[in-house]
This record gives sequence, structure tokens and C-alpha cells, in this order.
Amino acid sequence: MDPQLSLLLNGIVSGLLLGGLYAAAAAGLAVSFGMLDIVNIAHPALMVMGAFTVVVIGTALGLDPLLVALLQAPLFYVIGIGIYGIYHHFFERRGEEALQGLAFFFGVMFIVEVGLVMAFGPEQRFLDPDYAFITWRLGEIDLPLRMLVPAVLALTVVGLLILWLRRSFTGLAIAAVAQDAEALRLMAVDPVRIKRLAFGISIALAAMAGGALVVVQPVEPASGQIFIGRVFAIVIMGGMASLPGMVTAALLFGVVENVTATFYGPSWSPAVAFGWLLLVLAFRPQGLFGRAA
Amino acid sequence: MSATLLGTGTIPAPPRHAVFWLGAIGLGVALVVALRMIGNDYGYFAGYFVLQYVVLASAWNILGGYAGYVNFGAAGFMAAGAYAAIALRKATGLDLMPGILAGAVVAGLLGLGTGYLTLRLRGVFFSIATLCLAVVLQTLVVNWDYVGGSRGAYIVNPMEIPPFVSWGEYMFVVMLVLAIGTVGVARALEHSRIGAGLAAIRDNERAAEAVGVPTLRLKLSATTLCGALMGLAGAPLPYYSGYLNPDAAFSLSYAVNAIAMPLIGGAGTWAGPVIGAVLLGTLQQAATVTISSALNLWIVGWMLVVFVALFPRGIMGWFRRRR
Repeated sequence: MDPQLSLLLNGIVSGLLLGGLYAAAAAGLAVSFGMLDIVNIAHPALMVMGAFTVVVIGTALGLDPLLVALLQAPLFYVIGIGIYGIYHHFFERRGEEALQGLAFFFGVMFIVEVGLVMAFGPEQRFLDPDYAFITWRLGEIDLPLRMLVPAVLALTVVGLLILWLRRSFTGLAIAAVAQDAEALRLMAVDPVRIKRLAFGISIALAAMAGGALVVVQPVEPASGQIFIGRVFAIVIMGGMASLPGMVTAALLFGVVENVTATFYGPSWSPAVAFGWLLLVLAFRPQGLFGRAA
Repeated sequence: MSATLLGTGTIPAPPRHAVFWLGAIGLGVALVVALRMIGNDYGYFAGYFVLQYVVLASAWNILGGYAGYVNFGAAGFMAAGAYAAIALRKATGLDLMPGILAGAVVAGLLGLGTGYLTLRLRGVFFSIATLCLAVVLQTLVVNWDYVGGSRGAYIVNPMEIPPFVSWGEYMFVVMLVLAIGTVGVARALEHSRIGAGLAAIRDNERAAEAVGVPTLRLKLSATTLCGALMGLAGAPLPYYSGYLNPDAAFSLSYAVNAIAMPLIGGAGTWAGPVIGAVLLGTLQQAATVTISSALNLWIVGWMLVVFVALFPRGIMGWFRRRR
């Protein structure tokens, strides 16, 4: 095969795998920002915190990082409930989400990031499972398990989340809460309780994404910064509250970023994230698949 | 955002500009004389440190406090100013004063561009964009060898610069003038028609638009001014330290302090950011001697969270309540 074409094909395939990781990172945000209208800019920082706990627990117990990521999810669910409790009590209830609420999440992001620097130092941390060094080959195309396994896990979790949101009463209530909290109240459902639960789930998803992140690449306390542009661009492109839209946007984003990195060098990938975010905001704020309001 | 939260809630006192300017200049002269009598170069160093935050916090307040739009990219705008000054010096040999002008222009245009692309939407989108802006600018600077890339850039300063006793004093006076100017502009803006328009945007943007406030134009002006003033704060940075690398220019402490200082001091009033900057700046300058810089920043982060939760009107709010 033509080497350029082979390079492009490989760029697209590993871009799709990278997109799986991005879908994991953005899934929680699609719940909190997309459905609940809570601008949780601390989401990527909490994901990185999840990655660090995965490294610490996984190294101590000798467990697989993805297994640890699933096991630690309930802990982060509780953390998420705590954060939402504070947010609701001091900001949402008073109608001060816009300025004070944003500043609050910025503070949380900052405390998490600097806290990680203080606890672990600014160096990179990693935890490689055994399969991280295996690569499957399909003809000209490489499928490194380091990318494939987290992507499959991430897409499975997002798939289960989609099913749960569509089939269960609580799931439907979560989808409804941002649209009409009063209507939920009339059905004897407490919107605050629903939001608390959903926000807890979003942080649990962030922790799982942290596990996937550790498998794909080493992490450092500042790793979250570059993800802010990515995950927000993906959620907005996907149409805010739509999880299938988010997954499509994540895969597309992974491909574009990876192909750019393949042909122009990896140092430009943050610029790709930001460029996409600006273009999306400027031209399609309703998402790639939505209609203009 | 309710009017009682950030605004005065009462009719503001008629601005006494002459009194303010005379008082500010008098205070500035007193500071210079006092530091010269102490005669220690560290005094100038610490003074510059605090004053640059007065500029940065007041700049943030023009957009964040008056109009209610949160700019997370303070470090990015500041570094844009600093690197504009470095690039100008490399290209033309022009030094500090033209560099400050260039820094303000570049950072102002950056603010205008970001604002133009995102401000027609909800405010949070602008905030998210500014959050990413710093990350991207840092990538660009690290890859830009002309201004030193990741190795950083050196600037050799002259030993003597009459009539000042030292380079440190000169830098201190420059930043003092910038700080007084910025606070004066912010104060004049607060009591002007533009300030009233921005307050209307903060309190209810739709209602403001409906009664004929040119919201987009006002927001873009505020974003440009905010960016330009942040660039102003950053442009002297390489001259002050003699060396600048991307890590220092895009330091997290600028990003968090630019938000924490106005919110802790009291956003939406010109005095709030000044109080916050003097208080937090002095505390951090004193604390770096005793504790690590990470712990230092951590404390600022906690203070930000505690203040926005418990004292949404900041320190200025305490005075208002007592009256």
C-alpha cells in the first residue's frame, strides 16, 4: 500500500480509538453540563484526580488500572454528591450560578490540581497493565491494545448509560430535570435529589475516564488543562444533552486531532482542540447535528 | 445576577475625579519616598509584585465585576503582553515603553477576537474559551523559537537609569503609574454611561437589550479593554525579572489571583480589586518566605471558594452592611 495512505488509515483508526477515550472524558460532562446545565469546569481536573487514585491503588494492590477505575467509581460518586451539595446550597439555590458558581468550580479545579502537585509532585505518573505492550495487526492497520481496551470499556460504559437514561424512570427524570424542574415536582419527584444523583454519576464517570487515561498515557497534575477545551468542544458539538451525539463528536474529534498530529506533529494538538472549540462556538453553537434555535 | 449582589443598590455618590486623582498621586509619591528611605531593593520587588496584581485584578473586574462575564484567561492575556514586549525588542530593539504599548495592543486584540467569536452566546461559552486560550497560547509560545521557546528569553537591563536610584525603583515607578492609571480608568468607567450599560448587562442582559443598550458593542469594548489592561500588567514582566520562560509567564498564580482578588475584595466596585490585590498580594509575598509556593496557591484557591460561598460581596460587602 502507498505509505501515505497507510499513514492516513492508521491515523484514522488510532484517532477513533483516541475518540473512545475522549468519549469517556466527555460523558460525565454531557450529563452535568449538557443535561443539568451545571458548568463543571473542574470535570477534567477530577478525571485526573481519578487517574492518580488509580495509579496509587493499582500500584499498591497490583490490580489492573481499568478494574480499579470501576471499583473507585462509587467513591467519586460520593465526592460528586458532596460537590453538588455545596454548589446547590450556596449558588444554585440563590440564583448565583453565573459568576459565583463559575468561580466556585474554578476554585475546585484549582484546589484539585495544586493539591495533586503537593501530594505527588509535578512529575508524570504511569501504571502499565500487561496488555499495554501488545499490538494487534489487521493488514496494514495497527491496533494497539493500550488504546483499544480503554476505548472499548469507555464505549461500553457510555452505551450502558444511554440505555439506563432511556429505560429507567430515574434516567428519564434526569433528562427531564433541566428542561422543566416544575413538571418533575408535580410528578412527586424532587428535582434537587435527581440533580444530586446525576451529578454524582457524572463525577463517577470522570473517575472511570481517569482509569482509561492512565492506560493510554502517563498523567501529571496539569493533564486536565488540555482536556478542558476538548471535552467542552465535544459536548457542545454533540448537541449538549445528546449522548449519541457526544460519542459521534468525540470520535470525529479524535480522528481530526490524530490525523493533524500524524502529519504536522503532536505539539499542535492543543491548538486543534481550541480551534475546534472556537469554530463550533462561532458557527454551530447548537451542535453539529442540531438545528438553529 | 441581582442588583443587590454586586451593585451598590443605591444611587452612587457623584464622582469626585479630582480628589481621587490627587489622592492617588499623593499616595504614589508617598510610597516612592517611603521605599527610598527604607533603601532596600526588596521593597521595590515586593511593591512591583503587589502593584501588578492591582492592574490585573482591576482589569478582570471591568469585565467580570461590571458586566458579569468571567475571564479565566488572565495568565494568557498577561503572557501575551509579556511576549509581545519580548518580540518587539527582538525585532526592533525598542525597549520597555514601546513594549508596554505593544503588549496592551496585542492582548487587547486577543480579547476582541475571543469576544467576537463567543460573546454572542451565553456568557459561559466565553468563559470556557478564555480557559482554553491560555493553554493554546502556551503551546504556541513553547513552539516559537524566536522568543526563546521553552528555554525562555533573557533581557539584559542597564545597571543605572537616572534619576532613579536603581532599576528596581524604575520598574516599581512604572508599575505604580500603570496601576494608578488602571484604577482611575476603572473608577471613571464605573460611574460613566458605559459602566451603567455594563451593570445593566450584568443584572439582566435581555432587559438591557430590550431597552436599547448596545449589549454586544459594550461587551466587546469591555473585553478589549480588559485584555489590553492585562497585557499592560504583563508587558514589563520580562524587564522586571530579566528572564522569562513560558512556565513563569503562564503561571497558574496569575489565573487564580486575577479572579480571587476582585471576588475577595468585592467585585463590581473599583476599590474591591485594589483591596483584594493589596491584601492577597502582600500575604503571598510574605508567605513565600515561609511556605512553599504550591501551598501558597492552594490557600488562595480555598480562600476563593470560601469567599464566593460565604461572602459573595467580598470585603467591600462588610463595609456596606455596617453602614
